[in-house]
Amino acid sequence: MKVSLPIANEVKKDLKAGDYIYLTGTMYTARDAAHKRLIELILNNEKLPLDLNNVCIYYTGPTPTVNGRIGSIGPTTAYRMDGFMKHLKMINCTIGKGPRSEEIIDLAKNNQILYLMAIGGIGAKLSLCVKSMDVIAFEDLGAEAIFKLEVVDFPVIVAYDIYGNSVFK
Amino acid sequence: MRDISYKQISDAVYEMAVSSIYDLDDKMIRSLKSGLINEEDFLSKTVLKEIIENSDIARTNRIPICQDTGIVVCFLEVGNEVHFDFLIDDAINDGIKRAYIDERFRMSVVRHPLDRVNTRTNTPCIIHTRFVLGDRVKITICPKGAGSENLSSFKMLVPTSGIDGVKNTIIDAVKNAGGRVCPPMIVGVGIGGNFEESAILSKMALIRDLDDRTDDEIARKLEVELLEEINKLNIGPMGVGGKTTAIAVKVNVGPCHIASLPVSVNFQCHASRHKEMII
Repeated sequence: MKVSLPIANEVKKDLKAGDYIYLTGTMYTARDAAHKRLIELILNNEKLPLDLNNVCIYYTGPTPTVNGRIGSIGPTTAYRMDGFMKHLKMINCTIGKGPRSEEIIDLAKNNQILYLMAIGGIGAKLSLCVKSMDVIAFEDLGAEAIFKLEVVDFPVIVAYDIYGNSVFK
Repeated sequence: MRDISYKQISDAVYEMAVSSIYDLDDKMIRSLKSGLINEEDFLSKTVLKEIIENSDIARTNRIPICQDTGIVVCFLEVGNEVHFDFLIDDAINDGIKRAYIDERFRMSVVRHPLDRVNTRTNTPCIIHTRFVLGDRVKITICPKGAGSENLSSFKMLVPTSGIDGVKNTIIDAVKNAGGRVCPPMIVGVGIGGNFEESAILSKMALIRDLDDRTDDEIARKLEVELLEEINKLNIGPMGVGGKTTAIAVKVNVGPCHIASLPVSVNFQCHASRHKEMII
């Protein structure tokens, strides 16, 4: 099934844990260090480097782009970002890998923040789905900076759906 | 005495780092393919197919298999008849630094665990050295990602816990790790030694050849039984369920104190990258 980003609420109703879907649209990368900075800005009521409303956040730290070719860009383990999520209830969905805490299952159910899983360790293949990549914040963090990605048919598994189901056994 | 140069060491490390990041071990690919035949569900099959396809794309296009190009662990065996006129750790770090800069791999090492400033060279490596007889140096390098490393565990059992206690500890560690370590995984187990030795034993277990068999009969039996039990847990590829949770269980054992039974479990994701070279 092909799905546009950000995922519309009507579409979220059709997505069930275990569905294999292909995403097209804009996503923003952020992992540990970028989350820490974003949350500090939020808590201090300071200006954010991007509008977080309804965005898709992808937990990844890619290898650098080489001669215009996007680097390896697979997901990193999502549970490390769980503690930040209580401050990010305005976002559309997250993409990472691996099971997360109950709190994230509840966020999917109560706030429609879907958790999608990209397959870990397939960063070479996923790089072919990324059509453009631009750094938009925290460039000093290197791979941990926030990049804006335009993706086409980026494959993910619905991990936590809005009905409280999980793909994980 | 045989002289070995800085360049010989540095170049060997460079070459191994580059090839390990792009080329997934053929034995791992073969194991993933047999896992694929074994799986029945759409999702577990799809995950395995994608992982196998990724290894082709990485090799053909020279894109790293995984974006986590790791912190490099290096095991050295240095013969007593070898002479260096330099610090061997410097030559190893030099090879890694050049490889990661030239190939634009991800720099994943920070200089201090709390100030978190990236060294931008992916060094220093973590180097374990031991001395052996002979006039050769054996170098094994292993770029180790954090996803699997972070779920590693250590437990000090009481000596009377015996084999059942050890098995339960390992199974609990696998259950706790679950889909977060990017299964199909290799489970490296170190039993015995002391606190730090058991951890090193477990890391050495992970870099064993996928097809090798330990000479230790008790460890061998554990490897076979644990692999079967782990693959019944229905964790499956990436945790979506299935029969292919572990590709192998490798158990290394060592002598220990009468009062101790240390058990370390170290995980390796399916992007198992290690190379060795004898100079």
